[in-house]
Amino acid sequence: MGLKLTLRNQPEVPLEAEAISPDRLDGMEPAEAGALAVQHGNQKATLGDFFRIEAHDADELRVEGDLSRVKLLGAGMSRGRVVIQGDVGLHLGAVMSGGEILVEGRAGDWVGPEMRGGRIIVKGDAGHAVGSAYRGSQIGMRGGEIIVHGRAGNEVGNTMRNGLIAIGGDCGDFAGVNMLAGTIVVLGALGIRSGAGMKRGSIVAMGGAEPLPTFSRACRYQPSYLRLYLLHLRRLGLPVEDGQIDGLYDRWCGDSIELNRGELLVRQG
Amino acid sequence: MKLQKTKIVDTFAEAFGMSAARVVITADSAKWALAAARSMTGFATSVIGCKCEAGIERELPAEATPDRRPGFSVLLFAMDAEGVGKRLVERIGQCVMTCPTTSCFNGLEAEKRVSVGGKLRFFGDGYQIAKRLDGRRYWRVPVMDGEFLVADRFGVQPAVGGGNLLILGRDRPGALAAAEAAAAAMREVPGVILPFPDGVVRSGSKVGSRYKTLIASTNDAYCPSLRGAVAESQVPEDVACVLEIVIDGLDLKAVESAMRRGLEAAAGAGAAQVSAGNYGGSLGQFHIKLKDLVE
Repeated sequence: MGLKLTLRNQPEVPLEAEAISPDRLDGMEPAEAGALAVQHGNQKATLGDFFRIEAHDADELRVEGDLSRVKLLGAGMSRGRVVIQGDVGLHLGAVMSGGEILVEGRAGDWVGPEMRGGRIIVKGDAGHAVGSAYRGSQIGMRGGEIIVHGRAGNEVGNTMRNGLIAIGGDCGDFAGVNMLAGTIVVLGALGIRSGAGMKRGSIVAMGGAEPLPTFSRACRYQPSYLRLYLLHLRRLGLPVEDGQIDGLYDRWCGDSIELNRGELLVRQG
Repeated sequence: MKLQKTKIVDTFAEAFGMSAARVVITADSAKWALAAARSMTGFATSVIGCKCEAGIERELPAEATPDRRPGFSVLLFAMDAEGVGKRLVERIGQCVMTCPTTSCFNGLEAEKRVSVGGKLRFFGDGYQIAKRLDGRRYWRVPVMDGEFLVADRFGVQPAVGGGNLLILGRDRPGALAAAEAAAAAMREVPGVILPFPDGVVRSGSKVGSRYKTLIASTNDAYCPSLRGAVAESQVPEDVACVLEIVIDGLDLKAVESAMRRGLEAAAGAGAAQVSAGNYGGSLGQFHIKLKDLVE
């Protein structure tokens, strides 16, 4: 049996609610959960001040309402499933290591920053810095998957070292900036300066890209591994076409200002 | 005991515990996947001389492979997991990585796993790339037609090797027809391979030899030409040819199922007798009685 949280009082300023996580709420009665502390701006409050909390049959945590001012939802979670019916605010699933978060609406900036494992699925658009490192951190996302069905903003996968980020639409500038390893697949178009400063890793663009001058074109070919990734993303519900699975890709090696072991794969046909 | 007009000898096949892996090979076309699978399973008839036993398990349609390309699954058996690992590295490295357009995947989820791609990656000379997807690690090794994708680790599970049938015929064409029918029926069973040429072996062996350097020598008791020369020949007067089918399987049930189908097919094709090879029951862990299979 899980809990269902319905937003009943819209916070006037961002609400820091890392308490909304299976790790914290599993096995709790609604009253007990309602007493958990949250930070409302510079004021201390409780979860019950903002949410109506009730038990429900499904073995998952459900959160409903316009949560665009609710931050850190699912932060640090290691297990379980969270279903968010509505839009959600910043830092969704920050540093999470396991479990799954499904957002039926849009997500704000910083989806899954420094994530370790698990999966985040956003059915709508996401903001900037999806799967990125926090400012000053040496390593960003280290594992897991972030699947955004819509568009994403700038700096997708900033300094990521492992894992998979997939964007169903276009994404902004500086995707994979300073990337260490891992995979970013963009079914739309990449913004400018993608892969700037990347050491290793793969950035795949279906809808075109403008490689930086510090990237060198290698060849046009069918990367064997990409079939696995695209089939995986299709199973997760992204609209991957057969032509993309069987398609040809231009491989660009870069960034030569760094190790030059990264790759930009741009679909050609 | 008779099955149709074929005498089923009241004896048992003596099989051994082995370790096995399943390798899934895919390629741009079934032709190239088959080329790699054939190459990988060549010279793999018997652990005695080849260090492993291997064979093609079945053809896989594109829908059934990890990368949705045509493929073949191969089973490889050795005496222990370490042996399986060594043979996989040798054979995938020399026979699959070398074959145009192929990729190579683990086909067996098992607790025990051996490093294969993790060793073959060094062929990439520093340009290899690791990828982790859905809990599995792969290596992309750059090669001259693009890249060779290979699973980092392959599952190895306990298995059964050395199940067998001896098919006795009144003449060579008759024995061969019965053996071919039996082999065809046995190949339909998932999880088994018949490691000898097209499934059939004529040079069955016994343990030991009068020559000290040999650990196995001809099974003289089943050589028709020695019926008058050896003390305990098992060849009846009306039999002129004996062929053996060896079966390795992922578990005992698969081996028994294959032997049962083989028995029925050999009888249907007119074999004079069907027997089985054993060492008196003192060597192998598994005793598969023909009587139980028929009943």
